[in-house]
Amino acid sequence: MRASTGYTEYHPRWLRHRKSTYWWLERLSYLAFILRELSSVFVVWTVGFLLLLVHAVSQGDNSYRQFLSWSTSTPVLLLNLTSLSFVVFHAVTWFRLAPRAMVVHVRGRRLPGAWIAASNYLLWALATLSVAWLLLGD
Amino acid sequence: MPDRITLEVARYHPEEDSAISFQQYEVPCHKEWVVLDGLNYVKDQLDGTLTYRWSCRMGVCGSCGMNVNGEPKLTCATFLADYAPGPVRVEPMTNFPVIRDLVVEIGDFMRKLTEVKPWIVRKEEKPLSEGEYRQTPSELEEYKQYSMCINCLLCYAACPIYGLEPDFIGPAAIALAQRYNLDSRDEGSSERLEILSQHEGIWGCTFVGECTKVCPKDVDPAGAIQRYKLSASLASLKRLLMPWGVP
Repeated sequence: MRASTGYTEYHPRWLRHRKSTYWWLERLSYLAFILRELSSVFVVWTVGFLLLLVHAVSQGDNSYRQFLSWSTSTPVLLLNLTSLSFVVFHAVTWFRLAPRAMVVHVRGRRLPGAWIAASNYLLWALATLSVAWLLLGD
Repeated sequence: MPDRITLEVARYHPEEDSAISFQQYEVPCHKEWVVLDGLNYVKDQLDGTLTYRWSCRMGVCGSCGMNVNGEPKLTCATFLADYAPGPVRVEPMTNFPVIRDLVVEIGDFMRKLTEVKPWIVRKEEKPLSEGEYRQTPSELEEYKQYSMCINCLLCYAACPIYGLEPDFIGPAAIALAQRYNLDSRDEGSSERLEILSQHEGIWGCTFVGECTKVCPKDVDPAGAIQRYKLSASLASLKRLLMPWGVP
């Protein structure tokens, strides 16, 4: 062997897999993740719908009645029902995440995750009741 | 319970193959046998050319991670009897290049791991004469869960984001960074934040949550990442509100 001959590291041919476009159908948890991402679109629609409602109210009685008539049409009703289910899904998954992202200490002790989740649900219920009281109350 | 079970083992010879093929082996199905025992039986008794990684056989070294019936598992902790009557499909972990048979290339993880500085960083070391750095049990409890990581990489195999975005630092490296950030002896969290607050760091994670489900040590890397996101956001907010420096 010549002195100039150097050691050549062995480089095997690695096998690389391309991720399938439909990877999110491989597991139920992946599908749930994609649906959660998709739910953001419906959250945006819900905010948009609310802003349209506020705008209609600010334009007077006639405009508000027109908005009510439009929002009770079948396509809008179906869209809003779908949005409601996605927004609830979004909120529930968000509240499930909260105890894992937040670490709260009280008197030197770590608060159990269930307490943090429960406080989130409690605030949600209070906010819902407040809105219901505003809309339905005398 | 049957006394034998079939293993369908992925084979890839880089010199000859351009894709994985599967070879079937019939192995004893003893109650106490794990998938790794089955592979060792194949290697010792049936086919010495089968290549795979293993070492401790007790869920400590993290070497024997593979996909068992499509799920990332430590094969030393996965009982054959749970898959009876079989067959049991054993494949290399997904999201990694395959070197040979069940052996994957993990250089990418090793490089990323050192980037996040998974060791105690001190601005100034105190002299040995002052003794050790003491911790209370509650200070230990803060990071203990994350210190259980054995670098088995099952979390990377389960993470679709890592498969789609190979630049993503990934669950184990971030959980280990968090392990040192939460250590009362460490002073390197700001150095790690610079690396982890990039897009390829914590913000690459979209919380699929599979990393936590497959973790054999209950490390909860997904939780570690979400926790880190919250602390990184608070640190950025503090920097914005108090540009002269946080006390």
